[in-house]
Amino acid sequence: MRYLPNSDSDRAAMLNATGRSSVEEFFDRIPEELRLQGPLNLPGPLSEPEILEYFRQAARRSAAEYVSLLGAGAYTHYVPVAVNALLSRSEFFTAYTPYQAEIAQGTLQAMFEFQTLMTQLTGMEVGNASLYDGSTATTEAVLMALRVTRRNRVLVARTVHPEYYQVLKTFVRHQGTELVQLPYQESGQLDLSSLETALNAATAAVVVQSPNFFGALERTAQIAEAVHRRGALLIVTIAEPLSLAVVKPPAEADIVCGEAQSFGVRVAFGGPYLGFLTAKEKFLRQIPGRLVGQTVDKEGRRGFVLTLATREQHIRREKATSNICTNQSLCALAATIYLSLLGKNGLKRLAELNLAKAHYAARQLAAIPGVIGPFRAPHFNEFVVKLPCDADELLAELRKVKIIGGLNLERFYPELRNHLLVCVTETVSREAIDRTVGAYRRTAECAAGSAELTGCKTAV
Amino acid sequence: MYPQEFLYTKEHEWIRVDEEIGTIGITDFAQKELGDIVYVEVAKPGEHVAANESLGTVESVKAVSEIFSPVSGEVTGVNAKLQNNPELLNTDPHGEAWLVQVRLSDRGEIEKLMTADEYEAYIQKEKST
Amino acid sequence: MAALTQLPGFREREIMENRIREARPHVNRNEKLIFERSTPGKSGVDFAPLDVPPVSPEEVLGPELTRSEVEGFPEVSELEVIRHFTRLSTWNYGVDTGLYPLGSCTMKYNPRINEEVARLEGLATDHPYAPEPLVQGCLGVLHETARCLKEITGMDAITLQPAAGAQGELAGILMIRACLAERGNPRRHILIPDSAHGTNPASATIAGYEVRNIKSDECGCIDLSNLERVMTDDVAALMLTNPNTLGIFESQIRQISDLVHARGGFMYMDGANMNALVGVARPADFGVDVMHLNLHKTFSTPHGGGGPGSGPVAVKKVLEPYLPLPIIEQGPDGVFGLNYDRPRSIGRVRAFYGNFGMAVRALAYIQANGFEGLRQTARDAVLNANYLNSSLTGLYELGSCCPPMHECVFSDRRQAARGVRTGDIAKRLIDYGFHPYTTAFPLIVPGALMIEPTESASKEELDAFIHALASIAQEIEEDPEFVLQAPYTTRVTRLDEAAAARRPVLRWKPSHQA
Repeated sequence: MRYLPNSDSDRAAMLNATGRSSVEEFFDRIPEELRLQGPLNLPGPLSEPEILEYFRQAARRSAAEYVSLLGAGAYTHYVPVAVNALLSRSEFFTAYTPYQAEIAQGTLQAMFEFQTLMTQLTGMEVGNASLYDGSTATTEAVLMALRVTRRNRVLVARTVHPEYYQVLKTFVRHQGTELVQLPYQESGQLDLSSLETALNAATAAVVVQSPNFFGALERTAQIAEAVHRRGALLIVTIAEPLSLAVVKPPAEADIVCGEAQSFGVRVAFGGPYLGFLTAKEKFLRQIPGRLVGQTVDKEGRRGFVLTLATREQHIRREKATSNICTNQSLCALAATIYLSLLGKNGLKRLAELNLAKAHYAARQLAAIPGVIGPFRAPHFNEFVVKLPCDADELLAELRKVKIIGGLNLERFYPELRNHLLVCVTETVSREAIDRTVGAYRRTAECAAGSAELTGCKTAV
Repeated sequence: MYPQEFLYTKEHEWIRVDEEIGTIGITDFAQKELGDIVYVEVAKPGEHVAANESLGTVESVKAVSEIFSPVSGEVTGVNAKLQNNPELLNTDPHGEAWLVQVRLSDRGEIEKLMTADEYEAYIQKEKST
Repeated sequence: MAALTQLPGFREREIMENRIREARPHVNRNEKLIFERSTPGKSGVDFAPLDVPPVSPEEVLGPELTRSEVEGFPEVSELEVIRHFTRLSTWNYGVDTGLYPLGSCTMKYNPRINEEVARLEGLATDHPYAPEPLVQGCLGVLHETARCLKEITGMDAITLQPAAGAQGELAGILMIRACLAERGNPRRHILIPDSAHGTNPASATIAGYEVRNIKSDECGCIDLSNLERVMTDDVAALMLTNPNTLGIFESQIRQISDLVHARGGFMYMDGANMNALVGVARPADFGVDVMHLNLHKTFSTPHGGGGPGSGPVAVKKVLEPYLPLPIIEQGPDGVFGLNYDRPRSIGRVRAFYGNFGMAVRALAYIQANGFEGLRQTARDAVLNANYLNSSLTGLYELGSCCPPMHECVFSDRRQAARGVRTGDIAKRLIDYGFHPYTTAFPLIVPGALMIEPTESASKEELDAFIHALASIAQEIEEDPEFVLQAPYTTRVTRLDEAAAARRPVLRWKPSHQA
């Protein structure tokens, strides 16, 4: 087996040194009746070419040939080659958590840079070295707010990613927490009057997402005002942080968290991703997860260490701020490299590209008779269209021209039948957008022009 | 080494009782065990503490320790110096780095505490186990 | 044992002191923060020309919502980014560099083929919400990985959703809770041995349980009569690690399970130490009801400097209805799909399906090994650890009297008498070219040195490691102060952790913001 570095003679020599006569003896404490009697039904052993072939076949049964207009919490952006080249430096990816700081300054400095970048981006004051993903980062933010305020009621906008809300429900179930969802209004944003009504003295936090699940930007300044008047915390979760390059950050929030997968991490069928959490300085000691701090060595040289570890599970155990052990270090490194490559200028340019493409697509689609953009709120690279025909049928038509047209919102919002969530990033060419518009036209005109939707399947 | 006018707990806190106010801190033994102290968090003035229950925590780089109150009562004062200079607990745990002051609700409780000599004997035994 | 002055430590010290004085610092060794390298106007990326009409952010977002620029973001060229991070990487020690004997972390080789397949177009690029017929490849990979892990553990069902072991633990306990609640009483306590990893009690607490610590016996194992006393009708589960954190197999595991089950409780196993068991024994046969696996430990997915990991949770049939949703199924026609119709599920523990990229790597690892390879891996891991255990006995005090499996634990008690603790020995070990072992854990061994070589260690390297620890033991006898000031050969010397915690500086600030 090619991964094992010892030869039989090495094994014999070591065995000899232990004074035992067979390796079996080391397994003596496992009762005989609990040992495996026969082989397991596992694939392999396979050679490299065989492994490659297996996965290449799997990769062939993928959507690689399609242009995807899917966002909804996972965004397809171009990842510069340099990101992977640097991530593949084995000192980065085969290293452990930087507990031995002297031989982990590479990871630690990169994480310090990550913390800096995320806080600069979000307008907050401190940030951690990443969490698992946007859904768990949002949950951790809520747990933080519960601890800080010692209240037990949390209001969550319905426009927050539905799966984030599901995760939150799972984790606060046993904390005695009351979760209340707040409706959205015609603009596609959180209904502010319902917020005012729902806020009370027991409210620990209000959670909004911006851009929200519909792609719409929330009115975070106004929301913050209402929330703070009641002594609660405002948590803004962001699933598409590229938006922060052109959208003013929600500096009035108390915690800004979310998903940074957009920054150099491939969509990879759902993971691994990159949660982030930034907050105002006063909440520093309540921040979960790893924190990297600057310090000096004995000679006064600058260095970095994991710090404030006493909040964490391996020390507090039952009293830990959370049970988190790993962060998403390598993904955070990818984001740090990505953001360094793009930098201030590139990030802005990329955001403008996304803005232009998405708005072009939105305009073109809205120009089709019967198709409307139902939400008036400003949006970044994602928006909703309301169709005059069946959404699934349209999606099927789009697939015929190799386009994955978006997410059927009815899946999460039963009241939004025939609404599609469409995301257009810089990876979608004008040609693909026009192809999309063409398919819409055909399907929509067909639907508009006939009484029944089903009979109308003209060849493309 | 351990001030005679203090009384001590098994959890390595000390208390100096003046009339009905007790000034509470942690002992030199405790600060040595903890190492470099980085943060202190204690109950606020007006809050009530109970004997043998936690009145806060002391953090070093590698560990967090609960501080157990030797007595019951109302917190009347907190040492503000420790907010910005927690390292005082390492350098002067019996003096400048007192933690809280408490108005005793039951003077009888101090009967259960150790004298300086008893405490020194106690930690000698702890060290040898 | 060679004469003291002939040991590398002492000679090295003299030469090193001279070198430190003479070396001139190169920009490589003093790489600043990326922000400090920045000069205005640069970028490391170029874009294709915009092929649609441009829009002005002010116009579409409104001026109140528009941001003019991201302050403090770096402005550097691609070359500078490459140099910056390449230099940073040289300051790290990875598994590829050498032995990484961290106890219970299983720092084994991260096969390169894993990285290759994980990056394949299609696997790396499929969107989780893409229509199921279009992503049969990804679904198939998840399904097959799940099947293999079930086969290895002997369990009936599994979820790949948890992002790491700790999340898996939480999911597992929530499932136990859901099951007991359905039966009428979720119960209030969870039993956890005092040797357990910190995530165990943390996870139990978040799941709403009170933790009861059970004292281990002198072997670090669970005392049956003690368990008999504490295993009441109010205990939901016993969480244990097997082999335990001393590397010792709980040989009474069946009796332990029977006892817990007899009182209506569940057996949770922390699978962190599976590297000793894969292909040898299956936790399902021990009576384990639910367990998590660490793909980044046993199954070779890289640690990445602290993540991402992956913590699948495998369960017996009784807990299957409570698995996080969705579950991946294969229909009779061979088609894979996601099933969300799971009314008794505990819900989601994260968005989407789990760390797919890690499942790919784990599957490739399993395929490369096959059953025989995995079994041999366990045997090598155990042999390596025992070789170290035998060779270091006599130099350091043993942490337990019982023979270990894949990891061994020592105590620093002998060295502590000279004022040197496990953490100091670890720092000196760095000078010998090794990453340290795990210090000060498990808590039940005073001043623990927890060593897990894994199978990814040649005899040659193990011998160098033994020699290093022997040499350090000698140094401690002769000149403990020298050891206390280690490491000497790293880019930075011991860092002031107290200062970092007292006045935390967690980010760089642009000068006008400082």
